[in-house]
Parts: sequence; structure tokens; C-alpha cells
Amino acid sequence: MEMLGTRDVYGKTLVELGRENENIVVLDADLASSTRTSYFAKEFPHRFFNMGVSEQDLIGTAAGLALAGKLPFVSSFAIFLAGKGWEPIRQSICIPNLDVKLVATHGGITVGEDGASHHSTEDFALMRVLPNMTVICPADGVETEKAIREIVKHRGPTYVRLARPKFPVVLDHTYQFQLGRSFTLREGKDLTMIATGIMVYNCLRAAEELDKEGISAAVVNMSTLKPIDVPAIARAARQTGAILTAEEHSVIGGLGSAVAEVVSQNCPVPMKIIGVDDLFGVSGNADKLMEHFRLTYPYIVEGARQLLGMK
Amino acid sequence: MKLSRKKIEELKETARICRRDILRMTTLAASGHPGGSLSCIDILVTLFFARMRHNPRQPKWEGRDRFFLSKGHSCPALYAVLSRAGYFPVEELDTLRKLNSILQGHPDMLYTPGVEVSSGSLGQGLSIGNGVALAAKLDRRDIKVYVMMGDGECQEGMVWEAAMTSAQHKLDNLCAFVDYNRLQIDGWIDDIKSLEPLQLKWESFGWKALIIDGHSIEEIWEGLMEADRTKGKPTVCIARTVKGKGVSFMENQAKYHGMALTPEELSKALQELE
Repeated sequence: MEMLGTRDVYGKTLVELGRENENIVVLDADLASSTRTSYFAKEFPHRFFNMGVSEQDLIGTAAGLALAGKLPFVSSFAIFLAGKGWEPIRQSICIPNLDVKLVATHGGITVGEDGASHHSTEDFALMRVLPNMTVICPADGVETEKAIREIVKHRGPTYVRLARPKFPVVLDHTYQFQLGRSFTLREGKDLTMIATGIMVYNCLRAAEELDKEGISAAVVNMSTLKPIDVPAIARAARQTGAILTAEEHSVIGGLGSAVAEVVSQNCPVPMKIIGVDDLFGVSGNADKLMEHFRLTYPYIVEGARQLLGMK
Repeated sequence: MKLSRKKIEELKETARICRRDILRMTTLAASGHPGGSLSCIDILVTLFFARMRHNPRQPKWEGRDRFFLSKGHSCPALYAVLSRAGYFPVEELDTLRKLNSILQGHPDMLYTPGVEVSSGSLGQGLSIGNGVALAAKLDRRDIKVYVMMGDGECQEGMVWEAAMTSAQHKLDNLCAFVDYNRLQIDGWIDDIKSLEPLQLKWESFGWKALIIDGHSIEEIWEGLMEADRTKGKPTVCIARTVKGKGVSFMENQAKYHGMALTPEELSKALQELE
């Protein structure tokens, strides 16, 4: 199975975009080597600004650069960018609707050993609630490249969440990322699994297991969390009559909530939300933590069975 | 370059008119922030009517100098200046804070021509000014960036994050003002969280720091000239000001930070500003 680091792909894609578009500037807050903006810094030192450990200033400066006609890409760890940066993102980027691309790495709990302070299980909720904001979480490295290229064409505040570890590649290279459109990776009749990020792969594995039990599960990659693909959700509800969501994020406020907002008001069917329970993270390696927080495929299989019981 | 006597008198007259605008519009809105608007108005008038290159008929002209009102609550001062400069009709001032007005309770660049960025949550204008100043250096564009901060605002940590950035990048195309009227919402700054020694703080952050009388056109002008002469570092003018300046019963009163005058108080105040 091919493995690709979403942050590695981001770093390389930024360099390519930097060559194509000299308006692009990149800002980081002392985590450039981890977020991979260091690749851009090396090639375009005069268009890279390391703001030091100052996340609020990072956001404000990016807003100023955008006002002056630059296209800023801003990176840090998800918890620091979305968390510490939140209010300046609201005031100085979203209210004036500025074209700033926020690309966070180290989302979710697969940050691993660093523990609760560095995990980000709240960023979807924090970003999704902001008017004018677009929220994206690619399923793998292939989609990361396409999404990063696509958001350059989209005008407005954008948040992209990437991860620390390498992810299995689930999309082939002909895949076309479309902002606001989900992508069905597997058709099914009995339920639809709507997932984002690493959970897309885990849902595909769960679907294979369910298949052995004679349960037919569709798997949909919902990489754009906002604006969410309402027609696809409504179609899934109509066609399969049950929806399971899966995300490496709190069960409160993220993909599950976004899907439930659509399902409950347009096409009510039973739902199951798989995610991190309302708890902070703990230290451990990424694989162990996925198991600890019940995000691996056997828990998705179990969730699917429960869901079918509600049909 | 020196300002002529005639120009100084002209600016003082514009400031007097703007003070009347500030009080009228906030009383009509029955809310808003007159105190801190009156303390910074002389600086805004000097910038917009004597110093900055800008074009009210082309608010987005690329070659313009930029003014960022980081202390967004003082927008009645900015709105008065923008309308008197011709960005929008003076009659619009009567709609301040009302539904469907182009004049929001705090500045919003999507609603008001001439407003460079939305503000209201304190502490963010200097970072934004830095971003514009950095872009200007990158593009070798000869523009000046001005940022107006409040004194209470300097209690925000983000201001000092930004102060380090301006110095790190030697942003001598940026000039900041601190409207040092010594009052914040809950009382005297020195009783709540003192900024002193403020000049030394800015200097130790790598800035040229001047102390000026923020109600003297001559001293404001001299500060601007000194900022232009200063190379390799940003300049801050710490402007000693009086909250509520120009109306006897409003001066140095914290309560007029966020309270408009009643119609009766307004007519008394306007008499003082005849």
C-alpha cells in the first residue's frame, strides 16, 4: 500500500505553486520544518516570513499581506493555528472576507506522543462555525496536492487540515478534487459511510469487513466539510436509509454534526457519529491512539451494525 | 517641510467640524464611542488632510498611503474624516449604527469606502499594517502605512508580537500612533494595568519612539516628519491626549468612552465647539 505524508505533499506543492505564481507568500510560526513550509522558505526566502512563536501576529500579518494583493499561505500545527489564531482569524480574515489560505498540519490525535496539548480535535468545529470560511480535510496525499492547487483558484478564507503521519493512498492519480463536492469511493445499498481524512481509509476497510457479513456499505469521501455537499448527503440518505460519519475529531461540532445538520432537516434517517469522544488526548503512538479512541475499522464495523439495528 | 500657518488653521477648523460630526452622529445613534474619537481626531485630520496620499474618488488606488484604525471603536472619528474628505456624503453620518447603514458600529471594509480593514477587536491593526508594509517592501512600492492604536489596546499581547515583527523587518515605511489619553473603559490605565514606561518599552522593542502632544497639529506634523526621516526602524508617536477633548464636561471622563451625549448635552457641547 502506497503511503504519503499529506504535509510532505503540501510542502512540495507549495514550491511548485511558488514557481507558477509569484504572488504567493508563505508564513509560519516557528514550525516550518514540521509543516514543510521550509521547502518554500529554501527556494523563495524573500517570500517566506517566519513570524516566530506568535500565532496571532501570524494571522494579522497574513491579513495585511492579503490586503496588499499577496496570496498568503499560513501554516502551523492545527491546534495553534485554529486555536490560538481563532479570534484574529474571525476579526481580520473572515469578517473582511480576505483571501488567506490557512493550512494546518498535525491535525487530530495522530500527532501522537506529544499528547493533549498538541492534539487538535476541535479545529473543524472552530473553523466551520465562521462565516465566509471554507473547510477542507483531504483523505490522502493525492487529494492534498489537488486540493492545495484548487484553493488557489477559490477566493476567500480557507482552512485545510493535514496530518503528521503518512496516510495510505486511497485515491488514484486521475482523481479530480472539486471544492464542495464529495466523492463516492464505494457504492452500497444498506448504509452510507461519510468520512474525512484518515477515516476514509478506515471506512473502506470497515466496508470490506461488512461485505463479508453480507452488509453493503457505500463509502463517501467528504473532504470539503464546508460548504458541505448537501445533494450527496440527501441522495445517500434516500438510497441507503442510514448514515455513519467518521472523523479524527471530536464527535461534537465536526463532520458528524455537519452531516446531521443536513440529514435532520432534509432527509431524516438514523445516524451514527464515529469520532473522538468528548475527551482530551493522551500520549501514545499514533496507531495505539487510533485504537484507544476507537477510530480503527473494527469500531466502525461495530458502529455500522448498531446503526442498521436502528433502521 | 513645514506646515504653513494657514494650513494649520485650516486643519484646526476641519478638526472642529469633525468634533461636531462625532458628537452629532453618536447622539443620533444613541450609542458609540465619542470620548476616544475626540482624543484621536486631531491626528486623523492631520493625516488625511495634510499628509497622506489618497484619493477619495478612487478609494482602492494602489499608490495610496494606508491608514489602519486599530482602535476600531473610535470609528466616529474615522467616519467624520472620510466623509469630510469626500469618500461618502456627510449625510450618511446620520445613519451610523442603524440597520442598512454603510457605517457599522465598528469599522467594516466591506461596507464603508475608505475603511482599509475591518476592526473592533483590539490589538490587531499593527500586525495588519506590518503585512501591508512588508508587501510594499517586497514590491518596492513607495507607500506609507499608518496605524492608530489605543492606549488600553497596548495591554493586548498581540500588539507586542507585532511590535517585534515591525522591528525585525526594519519597517521604516510604517508609523504607529498610540492615543495615550490614559483612560480605559473601567477607569485610569495606571490603576488597572499601567503601560509605563511606555516610551522605553517601544524603544526596547527596537522602535523610534517619540512623545508628542496629540492635540497640537504642529507636534503631530513634526512627529510625521521625524518618522519619514527615520530609516531602518519603525516609528511610534506616543500622543499625549485628553479623552473627550474639546468639550469641557467630557474631558478626562471615562464614562464617555462608550456613551453618547443626550440631546441636551449635545447642544451644550456644540455651543462649545462653535
